[in-house]
Amino acid sequence: MKPFTYVAPTSLREAHQVLAKAKGPGDIRALVGGSDLVDQMRVNRRTPSVVLDIKRIPEMKRLQWLPRSGLHVGAAVSCTDTASFPAVAQHYGSIHESCQLVGSTQIQNRASMAGNIGNSAPSGDTIPGLITFGAKVLLTSPRGKRPVLLEEFFTGPGQNVCAPDEIIQEIIVPPPPANSSGHYLRFIPRNEMDIAVAGVASMITLDRRTHRCTAARIALASVAPTPVRAKAAEAVLEGKQITAALIREAGEKAVEAARPISDVRGTIEYRKELVKVLTRRTLRLCLDSLGQKVD
Amino acid sequence: MATTKERAYKYVGARVRKMDALERVTGRAAYGADITLPGMLVGKVLRSPHPHARILSIDTTKAEALPGIYAVVTAKDLPPMEKVAGSIGGELTITLIDLRKMTIAHDKALFDGHAVAAVAAVSPEVAERALELIDVKYEVLPPVEDAVEAMKPDAPLLHEDLSTRSLGERAKRPSNVAAYVENSFGDVDKGFAEADLVHETTYDTKMVHQGYLEPTTAVVSAQSDGKLTVWSSTQGTFGVRRTLSQLLDLPQHRINVIPTEIGGGFGGKVYAILEPITAMLSLKANRPVKLVMSRSEVFRATGPGSPMHAVIRTGVKRNGRLTACYAKIILDAGAFPGAPVWGAGAVSFGPYKTDNLKIEGYDVVTNKPRVQAYRAPGGTPIAFAIESHMDEVAEKLGIDPLQFRILNAPGEGDKGTSGQPYNRIGMKEVLRRLSQHPCWTSPAPKGPHRGRGLALGYWPGATLTSSAVVQVLPDGGISLFSGQVDLTGTRTTMAQMVADEMQVPIENVSVRVADTETAPYTDLSAGSRTTYSMGAAVHEACKDALAQLKTHAAQHFKSPKEDVEYANGVFWVRENTEQRVDLQTVAGNSTRLASGPICGYGTVTRLQPAHQFAAHVADVEVDPETGKVTILRYTTFQDVGKAINPTMVEGQMQGGALQGIGWALTEYYDYSKGMMRNPTLLDYRMPTALDIPMIEAVIVEVPASDGPYGARGIGEVPIVPPAGALANAIYRATGRRLHTLPMTPQEVWGAIHSK
Amino acid sequence: MPKIPLAFKVNGDTQEILVQPWQTLLEALRDELGLTGTKEGCSNGNCGACTVMVDGRAIVSCCTLAAEVEGQSVITVEGLAKGGNLDPLQEAFIEHGALQCGFCTPGFLVSARAFLNQNPHPSEHEIRLAIAGNLCRCTGYDKIVRAIMDVAQKGA
Repeated sequence: MKPFTYVAPTSLREAHQVLAKAKGPGDIRALVGGSDLVDQMRVNRRTPSVVLDIKRIPEMKRLQWLPRSGLHVGAAVSCTDTASFPAVAQHYGSIHESCQLVGSTQIQNRASMAGNIGNSAPSGDTIPGLITFGAKVLLTSPRGKRPVLLEEFFTGPGQNVCAPDEIIQEIIVPPPPANSSGHYLRFIPRNEMDIAVAGVASMITLDRRTHRCTAARIALASVAPTPVRAKAAEAVLEGKQITAALIREAGEKAVEAARPISDVRGTIEYRKELVKVLTRRTLRLCLDSLGQKVD
Repeated sequence: MATTKERAYKYVGARVRKMDALERVTGRAAYGADITLPGMLVGKVLRSPHPHARILSIDTTKAEALPGIYAVVTAKDLPPMEKVAGSIGGELTITLIDLRKMTIAHDKALFDGHAVAAVAAVSPEVAERALELIDVKYEVLPPVEDAVEAMKPDAPLLHEDLSTRSLGERAKRPSNVAAYVENSFGDVDKGFAEADLVHETTYDTKMVHQGYLEPTTAVVSAQSDGKLTVWSSTQGTFGVRRTLSQLLDLPQHRINVIPTEIGGGFGGKVYAILEPITAMLSLKANRPVKLVMSRSEVFRATGPGSPMHAVIRTGVKRNGRLTACYAKIILDAGAFPGAPVWGAGAVSFGPYKTDNLKIEGYDVVTNKPRVQAYRAPGGTPIAFAIESHMDEVAEKLGIDPLQFRILNAPGEGDKGTSGQPYNRIGMKEVLRRLSQHPCWTSPAPKGPHRGRGLALGYWPGATLTSSAVVQVLPDGGISLFSGQVDLTGTRTTMAQMVADEMQVPIENVSVRVADTETAPYTDLSAGSRTTYSMGAAVHEACKDALAQLKTHAAQHFKSPKEDVEYANGVFWVRENTEQRVDLQTVAGNSTRLASGPICGYGTVTRLQPAHQFAAHVADVEVDPETGKVTILRYTTFQDVGKAINPTMVEGQMQGGALQGIGWALTEYYDYSKGMMRNPTLLDYRMPTALDIPMIEAVIVEVPASDGPYGARGIGEVPIVPPAGALANAIYRATGRRLHTLPMTPQEVWGAIHSK
Repeated sequence: MPKIPLAFKVNGDTQEILVQPWQTLLEALRDELGLTGTKEGCSNGNCGACTVMVDGRAIVSCCTLAAEVEGQSVITVEGLAKGGNLDPLQEAFIEHGALQCGFCTPGFLVSARAFLNQNPHPSEHEIRLAIAGNLCRCTGYDKIVRAIMDVAQKGA
């Protein structure tokens, strides 16, 4: 590993003092679980001069559910803690599921959703679910705070809109609409400890009376340079009574948002097929959760 | 030397706890990387970033000038090559000249990760900095990635001085084909002519890794008195000693190789890959040096399992009898000759009886790491081919796959693949047990996309040389030592044998794996030979010790030695049970008598082979939309001759099955332009605990003709059948045959959706 | 770069050492404290051989900087046995033959201990999920899962 300075501030103010000295992009990296960052530093893929451990900052440990503003998950809250927070299981199925998919038990005990987001890999498992629930990331810097809609956060593989002096403070997920459900599925060749070949999160809101779909959100992982929304697929469903045929059509349309590459984890053709399959399956899971039978 | 008299054994056959387990569960067992010596330096290796390149120059001056660097070495630091001779290895031999070139690149880098230079430094950070300062100029050459491509006349050549050895003759023209071998008996042409059906299929498998959890490690201390002490996590210390002696031009008595605990080998820790470089660094720095490979180095630069391309052709009568068996097997050796052509050929039609057989084998070099043995080397790929093929043949004939195999199963006296008749073997008994077991008799799993597959496995078993020393201590305790590395629990099985042979409580027995300076010569632990050959040596050593004890007891009784009887720690004179003397007294007195302390010695070499047969049954479910295979049930049957320790035998059967399952479904080296794209445990994808069910292990015991207690080797054959069993199960679940490994979800999906 | 003073508990003992900022917890345990029971199998969190407990939770020490555990309590395989008595998991691993080469064993034991402390009555599937971050290449997992199930059933 290339030498670096390690700092573990105990307040946001201290963290800002460190961030104010950032010399450029990638000069300072925030550390939570380390499963991405420590590994990347070991092979010189990231070479920060300062590693900023944010786990001792009280604001970063916030885990709170407020009926009006929704879920607040501090950047240093582990996936294990997030998954076992009752409001997460209750309101955000896909987030609950994805926090239990990241790496292994050991990884989930340290890694956070913010870490997953900050690493900005297209395969980040927690990201599609958060996008479908309209999550925002609250960025903090010596210059102040700013919220960014998660789906607008990523700019490329490993890249995002954070300025050199900016880090994620928390993730805010609005309360889900009434009568809605979200699920996430990914496909991996093994059953654990693997990177998604493709991942799909769906979120469906149904009108209680008519059972028509009032809102649909579908987001994809591992099939484009960044996590992406499959808006054409969403449009297929919105305003309609969801049928098996519509689910199939949504799967076909979801592929339009996918721009996968062929690599060690899968070919373009296979990944596109998986997007269809996982879109169909997540939509069915959502409808199941809402007690809605299809065909 | 089989023990013919039936005696009730107390320990042999019992589920005795592993002797060394306590040290391991408490974290106290010392593996290679756990060795620390005063003044020890950190070694690191600079590796070629090209799969094939001529090395034009290496400039190490900047690295040498770096503060904290104590040695920088390249191939130039090796003594002259002229004196290097001979070859080394178990089932996959390599010439020591090739091993020298593999250890550290000479004029050419021959694979991605080939060592080019190495440094010894005060810290890992300084060592890494030094590697960056070494300037290597390469002339990049086109890589040869695949054995079939490598055989083409216009393929780039790896070695200008390599030509094909064919039936004892060396060809003149240089080639990437190192050897062509042929093995046949009967008349295959006649056999095919007599057949009602001739079936031919082609199979391909990829490079895989043994996946031992402990990265390859070496610690070497060059002492001021000119001696070299080596701590090695190797499967064979004496081979390491010989390699170092040859490569470094040192007499063997100046090298002591101490075996550390070994965190898995599976055939991949046979050659001294890291020890020579570490020794070069230590000699140059005149300080101890530790070199530990990273996981990526382990993948790129140790010795993986060989990829295969095979054509199988058989002829059968309508009644299912095989009339001719033919296989053409092309094996990829990696950068230097020595692919497991012998192993693949031996395994091939081993479980089938035939009068006409022909096997052609090709040993081909490519720009990949030189392969090493991997558990039944050559066996898994060829069994995948043949077991898939036989299922196809049975289906074409309308015969049940098990009945087809029973019909063609060999027995004692039938010819094996070597052309020699089998001695006592258990193939038929394995099949009989399987045919009655619920894993086969229960209805095949219900529902679409589910299926059951069966496959057989065979391994001839290695023997070689083993030696052991049994000392009876003055208090009657027994100390066994040998140079036989304990991979998975053989210390315990040896103690069981000693306790029963010496008729003492096992608590009174200690077993030590000694260094090369102490222990008598012993060949490596590989090829399922340890329990078999080492067990026989232990048996001999105990006999020797008992004879010595009886001599002492005879003096005590003042009776002829022949009249002395012994049982359960007590000596007496025949027909006079009044007078007795115990083992402790005899052993205690022995230190003061002219005939001396008791030290039994046993050595065996070249026992008869103890053939191992196995059969596996797998039930699978395939997700037709993603191609993912889920194993619902997995059962293994194996003739082990005699299970010395059933718990350990089951462990071997289950572990071997898991490795075979990984090979079948997810594991492979993903090469692109000669570079490995997945050198991490994340992307190499070995099975986790969630990827398999419990593995039922059914032990079958048909005593071997030779060796201790009728035991056979057990370690290798469990990895042979899984790929075939899964391929056959996937076929029944999907109606599609996969002819390549691994059968990843993507490949299965592709097969399902192909037209 | 100056070394960082680090005070933390290891297996109940207070330890005060100096570490490099880039030194991992794994390296500190092995190289500074001589606790070599924790193993390095891959150095990127993919094999679990380096699993230790930090404040009761299983983590991979190869992806954790030593400096991060300031003030925290670390349990390694060396700390599982208490007062000369093996942890029931250690007993069960020996009894069931749940280890062969033993290199992965420390990581499995720590993972399993942390897991059973949280979930004393797990199903087989839950056990397999809990140890899926630990690779074993010798046993086929069968006897490992049985050993953990046995301990869970005995409520130890």
